[in-house]
Amino acid sequence: MAAVDEQVAPNSRSTSRWLVVFLPYLWLLLFFVAPFFIILKISFSDTAIALPPYVPVFEGIGAIGDFLSQLDFENYVFLTDDPLYVQAYLSSLRIAAFSTLFLLLIGYPMALAMARAPTSIRPTLVMMVILPFWTSFLIRVYAWIGILKPDGLLTLLLHAVGLMGPEDQVQIFRTDTAVFIGMVYSYLPFMVLPLYAALEKMDNTLLEAANDLGCPPWKAFWKITFPLSLPGVIAGSMICFIPITGEFVIPDLLGGADTLMIGKTLWTEFFGNRDWPLASAVAVILLVLLVVPIMIFQNQQKKVA
Amino acid sequence: MAKSLGPIKRKFSPWTDPAAVPFIRFENITKRFGTFTAVDNLTLDIYEREFFSLLGPSGCGKTTLMRMLAGFDEPTEGRILLQGKDISGVPPYRRPTNMMFQSYALFPHMTVEKNIAFGLEQDKLSKGEISARVEEMLKLVKLETFAKRKPNQLSGGQRQRVALARSLAKRPKVLLLDEPLGALDKKLREETQFELMDIQTNLGLTFLIVTHDQEEAMTVSDRIAVMDKGVIMQVATPAEIYEAPNSRYVADFIGDINIIEGTIASTQSALGAPGEVLIESDGIRLAAEQECPAVSGDKVAFAVRPEKVRISPDQPADTSVNAVHGEVWDIGYLGDFSVFIVKLDDGRVMRAAQANVSRLVDRPITFGDMVWLTWPRDAGLVLTR
Repeated sequence: MAAVDEQVAPNSRSTSRWLVVFLPYLWLLLFFVAPFFIILKISFSDTAIALPPYVPVFEGIGAIGDFLSQLDFENYVFLTDDPLYVQAYLSSLRIAAFSTLFLLLIGYPMALAMARAPTSIRPTLVMMVILPFWTSFLIRVYAWIGILKPDGLLTLLLHAVGLMGPEDQVQIFRTDTAVFIGMVYSYLPFMVLPLYAALEKMDNTLLEAANDLGCPPWKAFWKITFPLSLPGVIAGSMICFIPITGEFVIPDLLGGADTLMIGKTLWTEFFGNRDWPLASAVAVILLVLLVVPIMIFQNQQKKVA
Repeated sequence: MAKSLGPIKRKFSPWTDPAAVPFIRFENITKRFGTFTAVDNLTLDIYEREFFSLLGPSGCGKTTLMRMLAGFDEPTEGRILLQGKDISGVPPYRRPTNMMFQSYALFPHMTVEKNIAFGLEQDKLSKGEISARVEEMLKLVKLETFAKRKPNQLSGGQRQRVALARSLAKRPKVLLLDEPLGALDKKLREETQFELMDIQTNLGLTFLIVTHDQEEAMTVSDRIAVMDKGVIMQVATPAEIYEAPNSRYVADFIGDINIIEGTIASTQSALGAPGEVLIESDGIRLAAEQECPAVSGDKVAFAVRPEKVRISPDQPADTSVNAVHGEVWDIGYLGDFSVFIVKLDDGRVMRAAQANVSRLVDRPITFGDMVWLTWPRDAGLVLTR
């Protein structure tokens, strides 16, 4: 009896363990990998005025040879020909890089202050960082329009305190500055939380030890605190950089006509020009571009583990 | 056999020399955290090259005292003098003290080598000097082959050595050790205690160690300060603390002891001969050869260590003083010693320890035996506090 139990137990446990691993992967397979391959396929197709708006459409196993012969790299070649796309990619990466830098500069001191705050008020501080999530992202971005537009709240405030003449208006709305403000505002929690997680678990006696060995506090920050928080810095930067690169809503609502971002370009190709194959190619390239930082991130995580 | 022994310990007792100048002086130090008084008007002198222990239960203020010397906490009142200079307000990174932390506090992102070099780099020493000193330190703690490892690739004992090497690398005037050996197992701890003593003697440094382990304090220290609730109960050599504790608290904290409450029946002091105190305690008469400030009628405690109590089934010739009769209630066999717990005829309990000098498995005295406990007049001690 006991022997039977011993044999059964590990088996059923390994089955359930396998199930736990398998289910999320099944989810990813269905809702990420499969759509990606559909997009990849469309990116090799040609535009058509039809439904769906591209050919060839995959029609049965028998047509495989015929199907493959119609696929080509035409859309990718076109992307490199027209400087608009290259510029859009570069501009997206630039905006994402600067936004991430600003996020770090603002988020790090915040996270550090939170981590050094008395233990009793830390949960409250974390709560306050998460609080904006209770309102829709879209509504919060619209709120920034209300603040930044020429006759908006910021102008009114500056008029009220007398920092600006009554005839002047702030000219931030529909500029890159507005995009940066929107990005930093929207992504700040994603930067602060990983930084806080890394800083909070740091042993305070390490700083005392550094002090004791003759290292003044400001120097100890760069020698001890910052290097030890690097996993948090990298995690926060990746979590912000990757989605900012593909961001559509913020540049669309706050940016100007000349704010070039790949998310906007993608939207235009897809809905404006109804060029699904080209839009798919844009999306595939974007994914490839972002795989690089993700791999750096993964590598770092492995090193920490 | 044991490894080579360190240098012979010379007699060292600057505290008995009235002309000696203390190296560190805590002067009327009080430290309060809110309404809690961690250290209460404490004055203490520590001499150069001394191995000094602060001993006490957790929360007695010993760590606070050490942290004030390191500069992590400032005293609320009083001042700390190091070589005669007031060091109040000097930040920790400018004090000539180094500390070995209880948690070791090794920098996890640096190799062993880098950890040891950290303090030296702050002093802007040349590269050559630093690497020479690091090498010397690695050799001192026998970790030469581990220089390139990270702390998480080391065992607890090795980490402890790195922490020691790092705190010694700058040749501090005073090395502070906060429960340095707490995380090590007994065998390794004992070995390390002797190594610490060798290092201290060889380098000629002043060591201040904080510990709650009385055995550790006894082994390593020149002097011990026993602390309780922010005040020092007694400062003395290990032998004095053990043989002549000044209070019930110290007697009870250090080692095992029988304490019998009683009243002084008579005291005599004769010129040229040791004085004698006679104590009456519910029908038991106790005598101790001792000068005693207390007078007849005072409530005092009589204390005698178990190993000084003789246990025997036979009635001694003189049962008038220092002799009690009872039944063996329990026996603790410790290998080297057996401790007999004896229930006296009046219900009180006393302990007697006997060295197990022969290899008899069956002891002549066993559970339920009626025995006599006796001890000489110079074994007991009268405690007035």
